[in-house]
Amino acid sequence: MTDTPADRLARATPQPVARRIRGLSDRAIAWIFVAPTIFLLLSVNIFPLIWTIRLSFTNFAANKPNAEVKWVGLRNYTRILTDADTWANMQTTAHFLIWTITFQVLIGFSLAWLINRKFKGNDLVTTLIVIPMMLSPAVVGNFWTFLYQPQIGLVNYAVEFLTGIPADSFSMLGPGGWARWAIVIVDTWMWTPFVMLICLAGLRSIPDYIYEAAEVDRASKWRQFWTITLPMALPFLMLAVLFRGIENFRMFDLVVLLTGGGPGDETLLASIDLKREAFEKWRTGYSSAYAIVLFVTVFGLASIYVKALNKVKER
Amino acid sequence: MSAHSVTEPSPASKWIAGILVGLYAVITLIPLIWIISTSFKSGPDSISYPPKVVFEPTLEGYVNLFTTQSRPSAEDLAKLPAPTTWYDKITRERGMIISGPSRFGQRFLNSVIIGFGSTFLSIFLGTLAAFAFSRFKVPLKDDLLFFILSTRMMPPIAVAIPIYLMFRQLGLSDTHLGMILLYTAVNLSLSVWLLKGFIDEIPREYEEAALIDGYTRFQAFYKVVLPQAATGIASTAIFCLIFAWNEYAFAVLLTSGNAQTAPPFIPTILSVGGGIDWPAVAAAATLFLLPVIIFTVLLRKHLLRGITFGAVRK
Repeated sequence: MTDTPADRLARATPQPVARRIRGLSDRAIAWIFVAPTIFLLLSVNIFPLIWTIRLSFTNFAANKPNAEVKWVGLRNYTRILTDADTWANMQTTAHFLIWTITFQVLIGFSLAWLINRKFKGNDLVTTLIVIPMMLSPAVVGNFWTFLYQPQIGLVNYAVEFLTGIPADSFSMLGPGGWARWAIVIVDTWMWTPFVMLICLAGLRSIPDYIYEAAEVDRASKWRQFWTITLPMALPFLMLAVLFRGIENFRMFDLVVLLTGGGPGDETLLASIDLKREAFEKWRTGYSSAYAIVLFVTVFGLASIYVKALNKVKER
Repeated sequence: MSAHSVTEPSPASKWIAGILVGLYAVITLIPLIWIISTSFKSGPDSISYPPKVVFEPTLEGYVNLFTTQSRPSAEDLAKLPAPTTWYDKITRERGMIISGPSRFGQRFLNSVIIGFGSTFLSIFLGTLAAFAFSRFKVPLKDDLLFFILSTRMMPPIAVAIPIYLMFRQLGLSDTHLGMILLYTAVNLSLSVWLLKGFIDEIPREYEEAALIDGYTRFQAFYKVVLPQAATGIASTAIFCLIFAWNEYAFAVLLTSGNAQTAPPFIPTILSVGGGIDWPAVAAAATLFLLPVIIFTVLLRKHLLRGITFGAVRK
């Protein structure tokens, strides 16, 4: 512990007097301050998690609380991991993750790079651009279904206007294979500003003198970008990808309101499938196991990624 | 050539950058402008093709949002006295009468109660915990902090199952208190991490001076640290409020009639005919999104810090 004047004073003061001067001991205060937070998190997060683990080994169904609950061992887990549908959903989730992150990184980084030219009014434009990511995904997602209407929507109209493809010849959310791209578009619209903000912080953290030195060495702008800008912004970019990856793996609200997983199972992300199993089919035991599988996957992938991120930072 | 001008972009490149970014801003804001403009359209205008950019504005959507209506027969309608208020008039013009208030006001109020309640609690608990983590030797400090952060990584649906069961046992299903406690727990990770960052930045010397002056730790905390951390606390509070305001997954699974917030309610707004009443939905969305837009503008300096849990401070 650091040696503060208060500590020195406390040591010099006899115990009972010290108590009166300083009230409770620091350790007691620390515990009083931290305990409510820990208690709430234990009861609303950890206790339910343990409960989920316990349920995942049973055939419990929440809509039949009085039915006999049987211990089924690992059967729920083996069913999930051998079910072809699970793998199909994982592929849908992967498609969503890979494309949203790719687009958001490309557009977000380009925007940040442009904004970093510090043109007049860049602060104002930045504030305008970030608005979408602060809004309620459910409310916005719901409104996008209106923009995507094949007969009357703005998106189809814009496509007809720009390319001549008739507006009523395709449906972004209907059958025809566009739905999985429709959700990528909305997610990209919403979250590109997030990646942009983090990249912008990264670009602004690069000190000017490095570029000055590069100019002295007559490095081309192109070379400066690849050897200075990108490597130095990379840790920030990777952090943005980590956040987006975790968030989009858990993605629920935006997509559930856009497509509800449909048409058919075309956009059935793992978390939407989980909701169907848990709250529509009421297979509580099975869906608990499903939840654990997803949680372990996120946690595992995130830990590997953080290790990689730290390696990049150390360079 | 001065050393500084080497890194300063040329005027031409600034212009090009400004135009490209401005273009992006315009395109990205079209959906939002469309929400707001649709809220002022009449039913037929909202679904006309090609989409109408110029139209006669009406408050029909807002009236429909806040009222329930019915369509009486033509002769019944003729017998009714002339409409007295502007909203009666708008409704009567379409051959409808207002039969009562809708549930939207109630849902909106629920969002306000749950939003502010959970924000207050998470800031209160978060400030205490953040102060302790920042100033005292707490055993297993790093582990505890990581544990607090990790609670944010869980898929909401994964914890929703047992929380649903737990709330049913405790009688908290579909209650304001239940939702407030739940959102507080979700927001605590954010508030502890952000506030710890803000308190870390306040020099310890102030408190030490206060302690020597005979203040107790508690007094030093609320008379010295709290006022210094006010800006940080305010921006953290806005982040918590926006999260609780926007949250959908828990709200749709755990609430139905009594404590339902606006996000799960808005997509269910139907017209009398049974189809989706887009002007009313847009009106609800406008009223619901506007406060967040204002807060975003107010928050712009701390935005980056908030969305990264304090990982990037700039």
